[in-house]
Amino acid sequence: MPEQPGVELVCPAGTLPALHAAVDNGADAVYLGLRDGLNARNFPGLNFSLADARRGIDYAHDRHVRVFVALNVYPQPSRWPAATAAVDAAADAGADAVILADPGLLAYAAERHPGLNRHLSVQASASNWRALEFYQQRFGIRRAVLPRVLSLAQVRRVIERVSMEIEVFGFGSLCIMVEGRCALSAHVTGESPNTHGVCSPAHAVRWQEQPTGRQARLNGVLIDEFAPREPAGYPTLCKGRFEALGAIMHALEEPASLSVLDLLPQLLAAGVRAIKVEGRQRSPAYVAQVTRALRVALDSCRRDPGNYRPPAGCGAALERLAEGRTHTLGAYSRPWQ
Amino acid sequence: MKLSVGPLLYHWSRPEVFAFYRELASQPVDCVYLGEVVCSKRRELGHAEWAAIARELTAAGKEVIVSTLALMEAESELAALARVVADAVTIEANDMAAVQLAGGRPFVIGPHLNVYNGKTLRLLAALGARRWVAPLELDPPAVGALLAERPEGLESEVFAYGRMPLAFSARCFSARVRRRNKDDCGFVCSEDHDGLTLYTREREPLFALNGIQVQSAQVRNLIGVVDELRDSGVEVVRLSPHSTAAVPFAAVIEAFAAAIRGEGGAQCPPNALPGGYCSGLMREEQRG
Repeated sequence: MPEQPGVELVCPAGTLPALHAAVDNGADAVYLGLRDGLNARNFPGLNFSLADARRGIDYAHDRHVRVFVALNVYPQPSRWPAATAAVDAAADAGADAVILADPGLLAYAAERHPGLNRHLSVQASASNWRALEFYQQRFGIRRAVLPRVLSLAQVRRVIERVSMEIEVFGFGSLCIMVEGRCALSAHVTGESPNTHGVCSPAHAVRWQEQPTGRQARLNGVLIDEFAPREPAGYPTLCKGRFEALGAIMHALEEPASLSVLDLLPQLLAAGVRAIKVEGRQRSPAYVAQVTRALRVALDSCRRDPGNYRPPAGCGAALERLAEGRTHTLGAYSRPWQ
Repeated sequence: MKLSVGPLLYHWSRPEVFAFYRELASQPVDCVYLGEVVCSKRRELGHAEWAAIARELTAAGKEVIVSTLALMEAESELAALARVVADAVTIEANDMAAVQLAGGRPFVIGPHLNVYNGKTLRLLAALGARRWVAPLELDPPAVGALLAERPEGLESEVFAYGRMPLAFSARCFSARVRRRNKDDCGFVCSEDHDGLTLYTREREPLFALNGIQVQSAQVRNLIGVVDELRDSGVEVVRLSPHSTAAVPFAAVIEAFAAAIRGEGGAQCPPNALPGGYCSGLMREEQRG
């Protein structure tokens, strides 16, 4: 059987050591954000100074790995000059693409840097081919990252209808809302991915020990309570336990990571051109392990998709790293919906 | 300043929908948004019935606009959107697919399109946008800042009353909390006339589930800042429909109409929903 066409493994880099880890362990491309509050992982201690970005890009390019710069918040008027300056800086530093969500910023990038590849961020919420066609015709996007809301069959149909490259999420924390269309965090903390590049930000988190257990609060709101010895997860709003119809439950979603390890042959056959790993907030060790496992799995799948089984060790390695130590196919699987 | 009634976000029965719009025809609102924004499986009324409601409202002197789905995934949803656009009505676009299809004709930028700066506003105005409904995340000062950069002739509208639509998912939460799959939902969302309140484990009302949509449990009520909104350049205030079990909606309309006429101290009747009123996002309220 012939090899599948090239599929890029796109890995996260929150810091220079994480970028090295991704490059050294088999990433085809890495994505990073600048330290300017203009990307969707605007966390303390994370992201690149311009000098580090240049160093990272040189390191990656020397090893034939591409680097994408994520600039995927929606800048408001006061931040507009900083946002356009960041696009200029990414172009100047030699990035292989910018990952953008804001239509105005996409237009700016297309006008000022026509030679710089534009990727449509998942934050743009483009979940159908008509919307993708809009972004392609208006801003000449080269690639689009699909929101984590489509079933596998829907991913397949989108790819049949569009001519840009399609990138999908393969592993990492699972947003269960349409990316770019979630203001839960804004409601409770005043800061959201669209406005501040954060969700359920750490500065709003308070842990409180109570006789009944450990409480996780976000801006004072009780997101969950964990019994003694029960593993306590980060209080992301959509993964809390709440009361609905008189019962306490994970009303929106359980803590679990997305993993497409079992779905790689179908995704490749559908024509997906890149598999993205979530996790710019993760450690270099995490990035190294996830990158290595997915590299092995992708290579195995490309060699012989018909007989692909998740390689021994890969599944277990990813399971250990998964949120709640469990994984899900998310919306790729209809019953999840 | 004009008063609008936003699209009905909940799954009400046919008699309830007919009754709501029949009463609306005689109430002091300038503009009515029809159509389904949340879930394409909800089809209590047929196309001809919605068209009849639109005619009735138009005859009563209301401007009628058809709102489109916020999350579009299926081919059938795109086909339905194409039919709405072909009807030559003005649409409220809640996804870029609608902007792409409406191409060049007048349309309203719905609250679920992400417009956060002047460049985006001008770009969409050039494509035919004639009104912009601000995203729910933007508070009145942020809306004002953006309006300073708007192109000439573009109206602006603010969501001023109702449980705030905060998020959309592929998953149906109304079905999930009743242990059902979306594909076998049984339309259980019709049991929740104003959404299903989600409480914290301390019984604090936090969110409301409405199919694939998550709303605030609190009802945003901006009646106290209508003058400020007008001063910052907002031309239309939007009221989002609620059932009579929650609030006498006609009285809400009357109160906002009075506030717009400049009658100081106009107040909405109390809302029976567990979250009560808030003036914006939750963090702006007093928190312990």
